[in-house]
Amino acid sequence: MNKLIIGRYLPGTSLLHILDARAKLIAGFYFIFILFFAEDWPAYILLWSFTFWVMHLSGVHFKTYIRGVRPLIWLILFTVCLQVLFTAGGEIYFEWGPVTISQFGIVSGIYIFFRFVMIIFISTVITLTTKPIDLTEAIHFLLKPLRIFKIPVEEISIMLSIALRFIPNLLDETQKIMDAQKARGTEFGKGSLFQQMKTLVPIFLPLFVSSLNRAEEVANVMEVRGYQPNARRSSFRKLRWKWADTLSLVIMIFLTVGLLIMNTIV
Amino acid sequence: MVLDSTNPIIEVKDVSFRYDLRSSTETLSSINFSVQKGEWVAIIGNNGSGKSTLAGILLGLYKPQFGSVTIAGYELNEETKWEIRKRMGIVFQNPDNQFIGSTVEDDVAFGLENLNMPYEQMKMRVYEALHMVDMYDYRHADPTRLSGGQKQRVAIAGLLALQPEILLLDEAFVMLDPKSRKDLLKTLQKLKSRHQLTIISITHDMNEAASSDRIIVLKNGTISSIGTPKEVFSKELDFEAPFTEKLRRILQMKGRNVPNTYMSEEEMVEWLWK
Ligand SMILES: Nc1ncnc2c1ncn2[C@@H]1O[C@H](COP(=O)(O)OP(=O)(O)O)[C@@H](O)[C@H]1O
Ligand SMILES: [Mg+2]
Repeated sequence: MNKLIIGRYLPGTSLLHILDARAKLIAGFYFIFILFFAEDWPAYILLWSFTFWVMHLSGVHFKTYIRGVRPLIWLILFTVCLQVLFTAGGEIYFEWGPVTISQFGIVSGIYIFFRFVMIIFISTVITLTTKPIDLTEAIHFLLKPLRIFKIPVEEISIMLSIALRFIPNLLDETQKIMDAQKARGTEFGKGSLFQQMKTLVPIFLPLFVSSLNRAEEVANVMEVRGYQPNARRSSFRKLRWKWADTLSLVIMIFLTVGLLIMNTIV
Repeated sequence: MVLDSTNPIIEVKDVSFRYDLRSSTETLSSINFSVQKGEWVAIIGNNGSGKSTLAGILLGLYKPQFGSVTIAGYELNEETKWEIRKRMGIVFQNPDNQFIGSTVEDDVAFGLENLNMPYEQMKMRVYEALHMVDMYDYRHADPTRLSGGQKQRVAIAGLLALQPEILLLDEAFVMLDPKSRKDLLKTLQKLKSRHQLTIISITHDMNEAASSDRIIVLKNGTISSIGTPKEVFSKELDFEAPFTEKLRRILQMKGRNVPNTYMSEEEMVEWLWK
């Protein structure tokens, strides 16, 4: 199994699996949006409780989510460090040129860390419980209004769905090439950073070539099966909005109210 | 343009093609043949003889440097290829890259979505096609996780759902087990006689070729022979012959008094009984 959990769908029958992809997408984006209005720890506690509740509802093991964060941990820590090092204010513990470690810096660094992890958790919840095809259908639906600005919504959504459809193939292929290079004596993840980068070249070159070939073949297949950009197409997927979907959005409103109240506590 | 019944449904005239314009060797040279409506034509030939390339040309994927192709009354070119593709579909040789949908039923529906077909009709066609290839139970599966034979069956369902007049099959049964292959061939035969389908099947299975109406043999990009199975198998001796032909040749070598030409299964049984 591949380690990458982001963007992967796990079949299941939880309440979240049943929700309409549009509801999940709207609620997810809305959650990330209100995240930035959380001012202090009571608000963070509320948002974390919500996040854990949703993660619990998905029926997916908590470990799976941790695995989802792991590949991004360096990116998160990097952002946190920047925040810590370049924010002044409050008590100052250390100062060297523009670099300061201050009370405010540490506090906002911690908040940023939690915000980051929450965003990853929530988006992982969505992708784990939603079929990629339903997700693209939902994106397609939500982007529809942009058509009046002459944005090619249909083409974007079919591009997305095909990209998602071929990610497993790409991962399989990467694994195959890595195995082939290992069999030739390449060791990955050893030596200096420069050496490690060098071992990646014989992976990316064949991967690049095979992807180009694949792209051409897939384009031919689409064409032969009658796909014409700009032509009207019907859709075999039907998204159905249910009461539970409306309810999930109502819950988001309650969450907002709760957040505003929490903000006034401290 | 009205297709009158005496006109062939496919007419290939003097087609030559090379992938690389700089090279002097032609992948296909001076290909001439025609196919009547309702005919089952098998194309056989060694690997690299240009069979898949010929299929690509019929579909308008590759443009021949010389010659013309007429299908269902349309001369194939950039404008008419869409009309032609509504009438003719293909199952490609490599099933891995021909799936566009992320579930089996979505993939079978892809061609129908492109026709802007209403949902209810689409659903009927998709399920009907999946039943025909016996893949209905897998309709929610991820096509990339299926076995080779199952993939080929889904690809065939995608083609059948379109209900095309002309079916191009590029080694579409290679990964199927003998029983499903037999079943599918039977299904196709039935559809063919019921709806007057035209089938062009690229194959290595000589028994399948033997049951076709006509065979085209490709050799290094040229047609080395064309005719009924009887004519072709008595002439082309370097092919792995179908079972009855092998039996006939062995009997002949043993000095038995067998007829000198290829015999179909029934004829062979008839003769053996005498
Ligand atoms: N996309 C391509 N570009 C260049 N050469 C090709 C391409 N596809 C096939 N060929 C070459 O054309 C010849 C005929 O190939 P193909 O039609 O696939 O044969 P077949 O299907 O009979 O095995 C082969 O020599 C092959 O290497
Ligand atoms: Mg081929």
